[in-house]
Amino acid sequence: MEAIQITNILYLISAVAFILGIKRLSHPKTARSGNLLSSLGMLIAIIATLTYPGKEFDFTLILAGVGIGAVIGAIFATRVQMTEMPQMVAIFNGLGGAASAFVASSEFLSSPNSPFIIVCLSVFIGSLTFTGSFVAFGKLQGFISGRAVTFKGQQAINAVIALLSVSLILAPGLFFDSSMYSGYLNAFFVIIVLALILGVGLTIPIGGADMPVVISLLNSYSGIAAAATGFLISNNALIISGSLVGASGLILTNIMCKGMNRSLANVIFGAVGAESEGGSSDGKEMNIKSYSTTEAAMILDAAEKIIIVPGYGLAVAQAQHVAREVAESLEAMGKTVLYAIHPVAGRMPGHMNVLLAEANVSYDVLKDLDEINPEFEDCDVALILGANDVVNPAARHDQSSPIYGMPILNVDKSRTVIINKRSMNPGFAGVQNELFGYDNSIMVFGDAKDMLNDLLKEVKEL
Amino acid sequence: MQIDIVSLITIFILAVFVGNEIINKVPPTLHTPLMSGSNAISGIAIVGAILAILVDAGEASKYIGLAALICATINVVGGFLVTDRMLKMFKKK
Repeated sequence: MEAIQITNILYLISAVAFILGIKRLSHPKTARSGNLLSSLGMLIAIIATLTYPGKEFDFTLILAGVGIGAVIGAIFATRVQMTEMPQMVAIFNGLGGAASAFVASSEFLSSPNSPFIIVCLSVFIGSLTFTGSFVAFGKLQGFISGRAVTFKGQQAINAVIALLSVSLILAPGLFFDSSMYSGYLNAFFVIIVLALILGVGLTIPIGGADMPVVISLLNSYSGIAAAATGFLISNNALIISGSLVGASGLILTNIMCKGMNRSLANVIFGAVGAESEGGSSDGKEMNIKSYSTTEAAMILDAAEKIIIVPGYGLAVAQAQHVAREVAESLEAMGKTVLYAIHPVAGRMPGHMNVLLAEANVSYDVLKDLDEINPEFEDCDVALILGANDVVNPAARHDQSSPIYGMPILNVDKSRTVIINKRSMNPGFAGVQNELFGYDNSIMVFGDAKDMLNDLLKEVKEL
Repeated sequence: MQIDIVSLITIFILAVFVGNEIINKVPPTLHTPLMSGSNAISGIAIVGAILAILVDAGEASKYIGLAALICATINVVGGFLVTDRMLKMFKKK
């Protein structure tokens, strides 16, 4: 057998390890071993590459690169708080895009005969992913306004940049002298700059509540960039892994869009949350009943079945641990406590599940939308912690509401709804929530963590 | 290594189908670890980065390769570690 065949068999083994690794993510019990399997697959791919026949590697430089990257990666991974996972994933998406763009650039500079379209495709997607992800990171971290940033002609500018890029990729000869390498080189650099600008341009008008879609989409791009780079350097490992990640990101994007009943185009170009347009309940007077934690505790005391609905506010307040303590105290009193997780609660897919897992909540009491909605019918208290748009009943009946048609948690069917919010500010979609004025709704204002700490004391004194 | 483009496209298409099949089975509870885990897998660009750092490669190619290597290694190491950290927490009582 030729040496190169052994290398390719090792790449095949690593691809199989990735596939089986992801397959094991189908259940929390096997998930951890699946991740281990995937990492083994990566190790095999790296060993296969380092022993690539006929290549003389600069091992000093490789060791330096791996060393620096490993230290930074390990620091990120061990320091990051679970509430900050969306930011972390955004950064990783960006770096994945950058890595692919760098590989393609390096290949183009060392072998000018590389197929120009493929070079550009992977550099373009990679660079766009890079800046897009860092804008998403900035929004999540609060460096950039979480609201949709829009200005006149924004979409026209994006369209012009996209069009320019496509024509440069397909026909660089229109702009530069493509009979010479320098002509292609100029086109190549212009494409990088355009992609970097477009990444910002496409992400900046998207509001905070739509971040789960954006992060999933950028995740997908980072995979597609890797696959495109795989085509460029004719490497199966990159093509297979890249397309797995690309598919994963697209599926999550689709799930998130369905969770909001919006098309992908609407999320990207809709700029929801730009200004707070009141929605229909604006004109109507709402009768808000503000209660103290003592009164809330008394209502909980009389309840048998309680469903907790966590949202982004819970993550911001880092209140997942005290929420679990409250739930445990209630369970100790013989009550049933479940958690209702909306697909787009939080800032990324599965955000709430990870937070509650961190707080030691058993994963089998975390129920998704379809499972939990029938449960509200005979539920005594729905306790809403920092969620807003995902519990707004207007989505069911008010055709003028921007969130009309979005599948929501039917918390209003519960006997009593206790809503904890910091203030009466509308949610990220900029819509006032009519639920707050319902007869069976009561509000307990305050930071989720402080409120739950007070509530915990009250519940324990019952 | 030269493989013809049609075989590459064949591999790509089949991989997309496999990806669809297995990822649709991941429950919503594990969507965050799925994302961070797939971040780690997209760090496969590390392979391309290493292949760019050759003794006889030009300076520019080599150092751009190094930049790729650092980014990809952060993804690989950080991605797998943080995914493991998360998955450790998923318990059933």
